Amino acid sequence: MQAALILMPVTVARSLDHALAALEECPEALILAGGTDVMVQVNKGSLSVDQVVAIGRVPELQGWSREDDWLHLGAGVTYSEMMGKEISSMVPALAQASRTVGSPQIRNAGTIGGNLGTSSPAGDTLPTLFALEAVLTIRSSAGIRKLPINQFVVGVKQNALQPGELIEKISVPVLEGSQEFCKIGPRNAMVISVASFTLLTDVKENQVRSCLGTVGPVPIRPTEAENLLSNGVDWGKNEVSSEVLDAFASLCADAAQPIDDHRGSAAYRRHAIKILSRRAACRIFSEGNS
Amino acid sequence: MSDVKTETPISSFRIGDSAPRPDGIPKVKGTFAFSSDLWHEKMLWGGTLRSPYPAARINKLDITEALLIDGVHTVLTHDDVPGEAVYGLEHADQPVMAAEVVRYEGEPVAIVAADHPEIVRRALAAINVEYEEMVPLTDPEIAESVGHIHPDGNVFRKINLRHGDQEIQGDIQVEGVYEVGMQDQAFLGPESGLAVPGEDGGVDLYVSTQWLHADRRQVASCLGIKEEDVRITLAGVGGAFGAREDLSLHVHLCMLAMRTNRPVKMIYSREESFHGHVHRHPAKMWYRHHADREGNLVRVEARVLLDGGAYASSSGAVIANAACFAGGPYRIPNANIEGIVVRTNNPPCGAMRGFGAVQTCMGHEAQMDKLAVALNADPVEIRLKNALKTGDQLLTGQIITGTAPVAEVIRTCAEHVPSSQESSDLMSLPGGAGRTADPEHISRGEAIAVGFKNLMFSEGFDDFSSAVCHLEDGVATITCACAEVGQGFVTLAQQITREILGVEEVILAPAATETVGSAGSTSASRQTWMSGGAVQKACEEVRLKLLQRITEEHEISIDDLVLVEGQVLSLNGDFSISIDAASENPLEARVEYRHAPTFPLDENGQGDAHVSFAFAAHRAVVDVDPELGLVKVVELVTSQDVGRLLNPVQAIGQLEGGAAQGVGLAVMEEVLVAEGNIRNASFTDYLIPTALDMPPVEIAAIIEHPEPGAPFGAKGIGEPPSISSTAAVVAAIREATNLELPRVPVRLTDIVSVEESS
Ligand SMILES: Cc1cc2nc3c(=O)[nH]c(=O)nc-3n(C[C@H](O)[C@H](O)[C@H](O)COP(=O)(O)OP(=O)(O)OC[C@H]3O[C@@H](n4cnc5c(N)ncnc54)[C@H](O)[C@@H]3O)c2cc1C
Repeated sequence: MQAALILMPVTVARSLDHALAALEECPEALILAGGTDVMVQVNKGSLSVDQVVAIGRVPELQGWSREDDWLHLGAGVTYSEMMGKEISSMVPALAQASRTVGSPQIRNAGTIGGNLGTSSPAGDTLPTLFALEAVLTIRSSAGIRKLPINQFVVGVKQNALQPGELIEKISVPVLEGSQEFCKIGPRNAMVISVASFTLLTDVKENQVRSCLGTVGPVPIRPTEAENLLSNGVDWGKNEVSSEVLDAFASLCADAAQPIDDHRGSAAYRRHAIKILSRRAACRIFSEGNS
Repeated sequence: MSDVKTETPISSFRIGDSAPRPDGIPKVKGTFAFSSDLWHEKMLWGGTLRSPYPAARINKLDITEALLIDGVHTVLTHDDVPGEAVYGLEHADQPVMAAEVVRYEGEPVAIVAADHPEIVRRALAAINVEYEEMVPLTDPEIAESVGHIHPDGNVFRKINLRHGDQEIQGDIQVEGVYEVGMQDQAFLGPESGLAVPGEDGGVDLYVSTQWLHADRRQVASCLGIKEEDVRITLAGVGGAFGAREDLSLHVHLCMLAMRTNRPVKMIYSREESFHGHVHRHPAKMWYRHHADREGNLVRVEARVLLDGGAYASSSGAVIANAACFAGGPYRIPNANIEGIVVRTNNPPCGAMRGFGAVQTCMGHEAQMDKLAVALNADPVEIRLKNALKTGDQLLTGQIITGTAPVAEVIRTCAEHVPSSQESSDLMSLPGGAGRTADPEHISRGEAIAVGFKNLMFSEGFDDFSSAVCHLEDGVATITCACAEVGQGFVTLAQQITREILGVEEVILAPAATETVGSAGSTSASRQTWMSGGAVQKACEEVRLKLLQRITEEHEISIDDLVLVEGQVLSLNGDFSISIDAASENPLEARVEYRHAPTFPLDENGQGDAHVSFAFAAHRAVVDVDPELGLVKVVELVTSQDVGRLLNPVQAIGQLEGGAAQGVGLAVMEEVLVAEGNIRNASFTDYLIPTALDMPPVEIAAIIEHPEPGAPFGAKGIGEPPSISSTAAVVAAIREATNLELPRVPVRLTDIVSVEESS
């Protein structure tokens, strides 16, 4: 009686097949990666767990690979790894976002797969993954499916993962051009996002890609603003006018759908997006007077 | 059971040396046993059911379902409290468990003992309580005028301090309204303890606390047994800062242990801890300062309103401090201060580092800056001009007879040139790791603030500490019930003993109620003076006994003998004996130590209510991102009056840690309470400074003017660092932004006005 209370069956998967077999047997099992979200929930008592599949030691989920202009990140890649030289040179914004996450301990344990698994509006990798139009490879014992991120993260802490499935990897394009991620919190480190913003450039396509974080149920692409800036930039000179910058910032702020909560007001969040978007753009492009 | 007994380091560290903490290495290695590590083979786990409402009537409380759960040993409620139903530090008004009504969110309603924490959790969930919600009283402004929410009324204490001329007007007047939010002590070791039932009908309690004997008095009274039958031993304390001065789980644990006749352990979760201890009083303050055209202060008027929350705790003493020190460390000949602390349905408030002086410092320092502006004078000069000194009068009419180097504290702090290390890293700007700002977005501000408070207990309280010194075979054992909460008393006790007895090895016996009398509380910056004084006195008595023994046996005059490095030597060198040999037959002294008496405040808030005062100043430099409201404190300089420095490393630790708590209150730390409910009861949302928020503390001066009457001339140093640090930081933010910022902590939206810009 007591033992049943304390112990929950845990499968420590040693391979991807092992993990998938365990999930097939118990499709409702909880997937445990770094545990930095899961354990908080368990300790709070808000998550009751009957069966656990631990994937932290699945070799196929670790590490990353590069294939032409695509970077494939194993779901088990940690924030610390994303901050490393290689990944940060390919997707600087993801590295910048990773640095804002938690403390060193959290960044050593927490994974990109876990951030997607949680699908929190404040998940810090999500805006950049949305801007990159990342593609998730999702696997179950029945097979494999690929899902663009905006079809995966569908609501506040809601995603398209089905029982028996796990995220195997996340694939993002390696773009040529500068990237900026900024995040606001009332503390200078280790703080949950009040608002965040990512801006990526693709100098081959003469395009910018952008996304707003924590100002809506899911990350928001401000498409109008992106188009305006892509068209407004003088790509030869890497320059943009103050007017375009102002308009870009306003359109970004307009795209936000923030809420009031104890971490920040909707009005502040919208305001913050306006400031962050302009600043991010100014870091990438020089401000010209047209 | 707790690991308070410590090994002595081999080398001999005396007064003035940076002796290492005896518990330092175990704490760093993780082998130190904190109260949460307590364990007993046969123990049960305890848990507490708490009210989800800040104000409600309990219409039904049914425990039958919970009792049916396998593994549940007992469920107890208000009806099971064997003795007094209420307790309190100064005034017993807080129920052990709620009876008919609950008065704050998180008030204990029932307790459970079971085989396993998970069973405890299920049992708590199975207790059926029917609450009838009432409209909570959450606005302290109206508490005095609305219906009572407790039989003892809604006003804990009101002080009308009147000093000098009550009508006089200054040519220059400045006015302001200020507010301080509710700060939490945010210690890292949550409340925890273990109660073991005794065969004699008594109980042994191992618990992390600040004042063993005050706990014992209250616990015994609630259990309805004799004080001697409650034996309390200090368990390893993971920080306190005032939050462990009141009882938390003490009575609950003892009740569960005595009912089940099994040892019972309890640990609060982090969330529960926020509901399980008192916080710093939120304050609303109105001030009017009068000065002449030369900048001499003429009069201060103030009204200080503190929200005491649901129960009294130490509110009465906190408001006395707030009122007595409302003017700051300045010479002000005339004053009228109204101090009032009221009861509401908000979380109970009580002791926290700085104890009333933190709140008013934020107010009086803002006023001094306003005065400087009104006079077109330098803020440092105006402070220096009015700085208190020995022989001056306080607002209470008391004349300062001890040291009061206020001008020196201000001057050294103001003049210090910091070793500034500017960094070009974006992360060093406001916004930190979030990389939100570039250098061109930042404006910088700098400001200074000064504060002070009393040391030790005031207003006629019989304040004492007790210690026993036992010398045997050259080894000294000190027994004192002083709670080591991290401040380093254990180190000082060893240093003092070595200094006086000349021995190397000093063993500290566990702090317990059984072996020694009260040491008083580890609060009010008092233990170095009080328990340090008791240890000094005990050691001196033993020293005298030792020398007397030698003089009797060897026909030597006592004046010819000295104790050094384990030897008793005659001054002419003819005689020597090792202390080991001389103390083969043990010697012991048991003493009580008292500071000079204090006296109550009269109906005008006048009287010699305090013993001694300590002063500190902080100068802060902040960078602000005005468009986003983000702040980074980039520099913090401090000077402090310490009387005499007993252990430099420990002193620096206090100066740094206290300043960090002050920075926290200035820019982020606040228990958010909405309609009586805490909205951020976790370290996810109750934010305390990280390494990126806290600059290195630069110590401009540690000022040593030995305090008359203090053991070794040393003043307490724990609280001053957290008094003026908050005021300095918020003043620097004002300088950077040109905003009034009358409230701490300063929130993002206090700096950026979003309504206009969105
Ligand atoms: C102190 C602290 C600070 C934090 N700070 C931040 C922060 O600043 N920013 C931020 O975004 N987050 C933060 N977090 C949250 C957390 O660290 C991240 O969301 C992290 O990415 C979770 O990863 P994990 O590996 O620990 O996931 P886990 O906790 O193991 O799992 C999280 C969820 O994802 C699921 N999951 C994990 N891996 C997979 C997979 N491969 N396939 C399918 N589902 C999977 C799990 O079942 C679970 O539902 C913080 C947490 C803590 C405790």
